[in-house]
Amino acid sequence: MTLYFVIFGKLIGSQISKIDGFEYIEYIVPGLILMSVITNSYANVVSSFFSAKFQRHIEELLISPTPNYIILIGFVAGGVLRGLVVGSVVTIVSFVFVDLQVHSITVTLLVLILTSILFSLAGFVNAIYARSFDDVAVIPSFILTPLTYLGGVFYTVSMLPEIWQSISLANPILYMVNAFRFGLLGVSDIDVTLAFTIVILFTVALFSFCLYLLNKGVGIRT
Amino acid sequence: MNALFIDNLHKTYHGGHVALKGISLEVNKGDFFALLGPNGAGKSTTIGIICSLVNKTSGTVEVFNNNIDVDIQTAKSHIGLVPQEYNFNVFEPIEEILINQAGFYGISGNVARQRAEYYLKKLELWDKRRQIPKELSGGMKRRLMIARALVHQPDLLILDEPTAGVDIELRRTMWQFLRDINADGVTIILTTHYLEEAEMLCNNIAIINDGEIIENTSMKALLAKLNKETFVLYVDGNLERLPSSEDYALRCVDENTIEAEVIKGQSLNLLFEMLTRHKINILSMRNKSNRLEELYVALVNKT
Repeated sequence: MTLYFVIFGKLIGSQISKIDGFEYIEYIVPGLILMSVITNSYANVVSSFFSAKFQRHIEELLISPTPNYIILIGFVAGGVLRGLVVGSVVTIVSFVFVDLQVHSITVTLLVLILTSILFSLAGFVNAIYARSFDDVAVIPSFILTPLTYLGGVFYTVSMLPEIWQSISLANPILYMVNAFRFGLLGVSDIDVTLAFTIVILFTVALFSFCLYLLNKGVGIRT
Repeated sequence: MNALFIDNLHKTYHGGHVALKGISLEVNKGDFFALLGPNGAGKSTTIGIICSLVNKTSGTVEVFNNNIDVDIQTAKSHIGLVPQEYNFNVFEPIEEILINQAGFYGISGNVARQRAEYYLKKLELWDKRRQIPKELSGGMKRRLMIARALVHQPDLLILDEPTAGVDIELRRTMWQFLRDINADGVTIILTTHYLEEAEMLCNNIAIINDGEIIENTSMKALLAKLNKETFVLYVDGNLERLPSSEDYALRCVDENTIEAEVIKGQSLNLLFEMLTRHKINILSMRNKSNRLEELYVALVNKT
């Protein structure tokens, strides 16, 4: 992550003019922090749940009277914790490069927690359906990373042609990155209320879907 | 009271394989019950459904009167499972495996630690408590699975081939341990391919073949069905020829060994007398095969 700060922030960023009144390196810091939260929350749950399936010690949980929602919350809590720890470390690293001011601590923390919950749940869905280690790697490589890069981490959507601006609105990561940027810098391409509504809706929908999959035994019971 | 009640249980896997064709079964509380059958007969599917590792297609399963469709959590809280294959977290020290398993049943940390110590000592694994499963021998892993299944003190213990690949000395130790916990009131369901194990330990038995129960009775009643037994007799000196007998079917295996078929109700004394008359000195004898094994093979082959 330090390389992102050095290459995109210092080397390339120094050649780019200010965005929304902020130096380029300041502008990309929220996106970089959130990117680390997204990838780590996702990776933690997908690897731990798939590994439990692969080694079959998930059966320890399945035969026990532990309710499915507790199993789900347990795995998600692990993902959230890892996401927040890594996000905190990246934030500390960013202090080396920029003098970061927090515009709204409440918005910042809410977005961090909601994003890590959402991507922990997404990782859980991936792990449920995964049958091999390749399946665990495919989604992060071919879907999650492109969506993150196209989610406004390195640019403002107003820089894009109109058609791509409209397409970008279908990317949920755009809402999270902008809400988080609002929390830290006070600027956003998206209405923050709309961003929160979308993130909360996605989170509730994914939680319900994960619970449905667990209750049906998809990928874990024959 | 039934520890387990199964009625008209069906299972068809995706792809159309019919594993269970409407089996019904009752296991009494406190019973030591054998569930036998050849590979692929449906034993593990049945156990999987009872423990909610396999989704049933239709039918009723009750564990201590708790229907798994109505109150699965209570039903599961009664069960301890020793699965056929190892399923540990390979990175977890064995003491933690037991403590975590207890936690899944809502047991507090202090009690879980005490129970982990008790069962690890009881199964002679306490010295290995800081090691991870892959550092244990096969027999130790089997014992660890039993300790893990017991840590929440279940009322119904299901053992799916618990002694597979275990040496005879350890197997005998495990038999005694299982007898002890059964005497303490734990209902045990055992599947095994070692039929002498089932005969020795279990008082009731069900045989499943091709997804159907083909026999379900007490061990005593089943063994009483055996019409003939074959004994192998080891004799002193070189046997030149066999005496002719109308009562017993005798066969000379080699110069020191005779096989004798004894029909139910026939006296062994008469056989010995007849052989003694022909100056054949018997040194020792044994059953050619386990009694349950003979019945089992006959039943399975019949279907």
